Amino acid sequence: MASPIEQFQIKPIIPVINFTNSSLFMVGTVAVIVGGLLLATRHRAVVPGRAQSVAEMLHDFVAGTLRDAAGQDGMRFFPLVFSLFMFVLTANMLGMIPGFFTVTSHVIVTFALALLVIGTVVIYGFVKHGTHFLGLFVPSGVPAWLLPFIVVIEIISFLSRPISLSLRLFANMLAGHIALKVFAGFVVSLLAAGGALSILAPLPLLMAVALMALEFLVAFLQAYVFTVLTCIYLNDALHPGH
Amino acid sequence: MANPNERNGDNGRNSNGSDDADLTARMRSLDARLDQATAQRAKTEPRAARPKSDSTALGQALRLSAEFVSGVVAGGIVGWLVDYLLGSSPWGLIVCIILGFCAGMLNLMRAAGMVKPARHDEKR
Repeated sequence: MASPIEQFQIKPIIPVINFTNSSLFMVGTVAVIVGGLLLATRHRAVVPGRAQSVAEMLHDFVAGTLRDAAGQDGMRFFPLVFSLFMFVLTANMLGMIPGFFTVTSHVIVTFALALLVIGTVVIYGFVKHGTHFLGLFVPSGVPAWLLPFIVVIEIISFLSRPISLSLRLFANMLAGHIALKVFAGFVVSLLAAGGALSILAPLPLLMAVALMALEFLVAFLQAYVFTVLTCIYLNDALHPGH
Repeated sequence: MANPNERNGDNGRNSNGSDDADLTARMRSLDARLDQATAQRAKTEPRAARPKSDSTALGQALRLSAEFVSGVVAGGIVGWLVDYLLGSSPWGLIVCIILGFCAGMLNLMRAAGMVKPARHDEKR
């Protein structure tokens, strides 16, 4: 039986330019997003068809999330946030197709996405607010003797953001896919064991089906959580509080 | 935008008969009601976000799991870097992991407190 972590192996497809199966699925994800959205918005009808209303729902969903977290100012980041949401969601969903590679189950991919977000926050924060952006690390109403500790803790807390952002997405996708594979593997090994054990084989199959549904929920929720946190962090860049 | 033009056109034809006048009046009342409905919808829009709090709550729960760990990990990385740069091993690591523990706790409390609007306002 195949090992449960074999599905995460990176295999070179074109070794000369380091094009791997991961790269292939990233390109595929972008192609699915761009192709799907272009196809959905082709007619631009006033009364939307099915595909167009899905595209509009996605837009409104992300726009609403961004507006809730970062206010109307935050809408200038809409292209970034929408791209991130669509990439993570589509990569997660493509990963749910059996036999497909899950791009977001590799920590380096999610960490790159998280660094993109935090980099945007830091650069935009400094460009827009200058040194006032550092006020983010100095909470108000703290006694003076406690301030050095609080500032260090706040800085570590800020540095932990890209880690938590990437860790959460990667760990959830990795764990989910391993669990699916393990339960699916039980079915095979129970059937192979023969005799009374074979009768038990449908039980892990049921579990695998239930896990599949859960994984679809997690795939969507993780994309949503990634987006919400991106919005919250961008809010810090827009309004560094006191 | 289109309404004033239409109304002017209607006013021009107003002398033709009471039918047009009736129509204008009805259109005007419809306009007023539309405005009212739009205003009301804009007012209730934030409240419409509440029903989806089911998925938001689950999202929050999934959020919390990584917050604490990442604080400790970040503290560990900072401590290791401090030791590497200043050669103060192992004190940088020890102090920074403890501080990272505090930062993780802070992350956790902030993430959990975020649901309360008062806390959110206070943070701003």
